[in-house]
Amino acid sequence: MNQTLTKKRRLKLESDSGWGYAFIAVALIAFCLFTAYPVINAFIISLQEYRPLGSTYVGLENFQNSFTDSLFWKAVKNTVVYTLLTVPINILISFLIAILIIPFKKRTQTVFKAIYYLPAVASGVAMAVVWLWIFDPLKSGIANQIVMFFGLDNQNWLGSSVTAMFSLVLMSWLSSHGTAIIIYLAALLGIDNSYYEAAEIDGATFLQKLWFIVIPFLKPTTLFLLVTGMIGSFQVFQNAYLMTGGGPDHATTMVGLLIFNNAFTYFEFGEAAAQSLVLAAIIAFISFIQFKFLGKDIEY
Amino acid sequence: MALYNNNFKSRWALFVRNGLIITFLVLFALATIFPIYFMIISSFGDPVEAGAMSYSIIPNKISFESYKFFFDFSPYSWNWLLNSLIVAIVITITNVLFATLAGYAFAKMKFKGKNILFAILLGSMMIPGQVTQVPLYILVVNVFGLQNTYEALIMPSIVTVYNIFLVKQFMSSIPGEILEAAKIEGCSQPKIFWHIIAPLSKTVMAVLAILTFMAAWNDFFWPFLVTNTMDMQTIQVGLKNFRFANTTYFAPMMAGATISAVPMFVLFFSLQKYFLEGVTVGAVKG
Repeated sequence: MNQTLTKKRRLKLESDSGWGYAFIAVALIAFCLFTAYPVINAFIISLQEYRPLGSTYVGLENFQNSFTDSLFWKAVKNTVVYTLLTVPINILISFLIAILIIPFKKRTQTVFKAIYYLPAVASGVAMAVVWLWIFDPLKSGIANQIVMFFGLDNQNWLGSSVTAMFSLVLMSWLSSHGTAIIIYLAALLGIDNSYYEAAEIDGATFLQKLWFIVIPFLKPTTLFLLVTGMIGSFQVFQNAYLMTGGGPDHATTMVGLLIFNNAFTYFEFGEAAAQSLVLAAIIAFISFIQFKFLGKDIEY
Repeated sequence: MALYNNNFKSRWALFVRNGLIITFLVLFALATIFPIYFMIISSFGDPVEAGAMSYSIIPNKISFESYKFFFDFSPYSWNWLLNSLIVAIVITITNVLFATLAGYAFAKMKFKGKNILFAILLGSMMIPGQVTQVPLYILVVNVFGLQNTYEALIMPSIVTVYNIFLVKQFMSSIPGEILEAAKIEGCSQPKIFWHIIAPLSKTVMAVLAILTFMAAWNDFFWPFLVTNTMDMQTIQVGLKNFRFANTTYFAPMMAGATISAVPMFVLFFSLQKYFLEGVTVGAVKG
């Protein structure tokens, strides 16, 4: 009796097995070919001086070149500045908006969600092209009309090293919060009403409820948004490439753009690969720190 | 809704509070969609050089000359749209098929090494795109010799780890008893997948299809790397070419941007529910 059962079970397992591998076959092949193999190759290329017909091994020279290159450190600094200016503020904006949307009926909520999400649907190239004209340095430019309305001088937004980075940051503030708002709203709806009711019996004010109930409950969501936002921001490349090209005077050259330029403008594949690995290490380190210090009391 | 105190003494106070909140939300909404509004309105202007005109926020006339100007820029302008469509459709179909199969296998089937394999896949999502970009380019262009082909545009995105993860998350909520029962009845795995899993997963498949299509349509970087003639480029790359070739033609540039963005707006407004759902599927669990 017992033996037949185990036999049956084993049979079932075996049949599952064959089909299991069949079902993941394409995904696994694609993963090996287009992710795993390139990652391994990135390590090899980073130790080489790349030539199409036979590369030469140069050891850690590519890494040494990067670490002694002032442009690399400038790019790292720019990326950190951009990340610090965009990610926390975008999360704060999204949190604020989500809190303000929550008292309304579901239909009103959906309308606002859709509007705030719209820029995420539009192609990044199209939005870059539009913002390029909004930041037109002439007096007739939209951004200039707005600052002049407030009595300020007109600015050479993307063309001056003082304002170029801020222009990219401003663009991020006004166009990349849709996803975070929707995620916050979903999390807010998940807070059970009984907590608020209990707080109300104790005579809690709105701000107290916000501080003692909402913020602790949304901590995992905030951590998720912080980590994903940070990872995304460290790889930022497209807007800088399309709108400023990294200039003026490398004021907006981020690590992502620097790697792109090294690889596909100067064809220094080795150096690009080395820098991309440094970038990956930085991202992994910061994610680890965030989980370690912010994720202490979060259970998954 | 009890975060807010709704027991106001007078209805007037409630009305004022909600009015203030709505005003703020509308103002911020206007700032958010302004670039899109500005893009569409300006695309109906005349195709003249920017120095000769000033921007206006209110449309004074509607002309389609700028659209004509954009399409006349290259004999391949229509190809860009067609290429984008072909690439996005193929990528969407392969992702829905293969991600659903793999997601189901990882969620519900038992086979050796499953957990390790899935952990490796999950871990790979942490690797920034910059790491794979150079080796992937070398592999596709130099090793496979596929520059300027649909294969090069499609293959690296044939099925993404993120989509597999999305499906697996969803499938975990399907009760295992149904599948056990089907198995005892002698139902084979492909049959279970086709007759039980696929009908139950229509929502996640729709979400996945929409998000994948959008990502493929809006993708700029990879098509930009692997295409070098205009006839093989996608609309996003074409728009970038147009911008660098006609830096002063404001309205035609807006027309091009509108053309590249509007198909997604149409899709978004007709399938809004799935878009908004899709955002939270991967993010919030519990």
